[in-house]
Amino acid sequence: MTTPTRGARALKRIPARQRSDSDAVEVALATSGDTRAFERLYRSHVGRIHALTRRMLSPDEADDATQDVFIRAWQKLESFRGESAFGTWLHKIAVNVCLGRRAQLGQARARYHADDAPLETVAHPHTGGALDRVDFETALERLPDGARQVFVLHDVEGYRHEEIAEMLGTVTGTSKSQLHRARMALRQHLER
Amino acid sequence: MMNEHWTERLSEYVDGELAHDELVACEAHLAACAECRAVTEDLRAVARTAAALPADDPATDLWPGILSTITPEASVIPITRRRPWYSSVPGLAAAAAIIAVLSGGSVWLAMRSNTSLPAPAAVVATAPQPSTTLAPAAARAEATYDAAVNDLRKVLDAGRGRLDSTTVRVLERNLAIIDSAVADAQRAVARDPQNAYLNAYLARTMRRKVDLLRQAVSIARAET
Repeated sequence: MTTPTRGARALKRIPARQRSDSDAVEVALATSGDTRAFERLYRSHVGRIHALTRRMLSPDEADDATQDVFIRAWQKLESFRGESAFGTWLHKIAVNVCLGRRAQLGQARARYHADDAPLETVAHPHTGGALDRVDFETALERLPDGARQVFVLHDVEGYRHEEIAEMLGTVTGTSKSQLHRARMALRQHLER
Repeated sequence: MMNEHWTERLSEYVDGELAHDELVACEAHLAACAECRAVTEDLRAVARTAAALPADDPATDLWPGILSTITPEASVIPITRRRPWYSSVPGLAAAAAIIAVLSGGSVWLAMRSNTSLPAPAAVVATAPQPSTTLAPAAARAEATYDAAVNDLRKVLDAGRGRLDSTTVRVLERNLAIIDSAVADAQRAVARDPQNAYLNAYLARTMRRKVDLLRQAVSIARAET
């Protein structure tokens, strides 16, 4: 049995049609300068954007990055052409914000190509007791940047390797390799 | 027995990304290797766990900080600087104001359960509030909504030559989005006419069109 490509998984939590209709109206209003409509979009999407920035960056950076995402979205609203769902468009802005922050810190590409990243720091011996989601999230935070970001983009957010490689400026083989390394490290933190 | 080659490819196997020949070979290996089968199940479980991770709201509300950045002048919505649609076409602005009043009045009337005639100025100043008992009113709103849209399109067509292409594109896109949402709501109401939520949603969507027009009036007034 194989795992199918999932697309923008984070969008599944609200029925797509209902959210799309509602967002379309709010986007139209916000594009005209209505901050109240934009606030409604913020309320609707902040949870998953914040989760993305926290997982891609760190808990300490998540609030600031999330604010940055919505400010950029407001500034770019005119360029939103409705060819994809607003949530998908916003999500790509968030990914770019996260990757941009990493690039500013001079960490991005070096980490993606580093084979000696300390994955073993993730792996605390599994004692056999049940581990909850918090443990899994904590283990995720400990992954090296490259492996963590590929894992978040692929397994949490549902991007394909081709999309990830394009975003990260690398090749699909590197993306697949990083994903596998991350999964192998995280498997020790599964609930059993 | 563990096979290093296949162990490194198990994520691709789990994701269905192996070519046919590789898939056959991998499955043959898995059939004989309990350790790799266990790893495969773990990899699937990791992917499932990741897919189920929830969204989470920030501990503090970030909206005030966002609002203060996008509207540095505080509470006034800076739409006149963001979208000076009609700054160079005062005649079109005046026409838009008239259409907004008429359209707003039409929808306002359609959405009210009584038929008393409100003053058009009051319509512009006070947007109608959505109701949860709008089934008959929403039906009347449907009847008048097309006329309002057509009126606006006539104004746009008349002034199109004096508008820059970006302005026209943005406006057309906004109209298309709202019209699409209204059409969806209308279809839903047609299937379930007594559904209070759908009727309220339809009315609310129409009201947003009125809001959009009202904003256009504000822009026009600010720029003329």
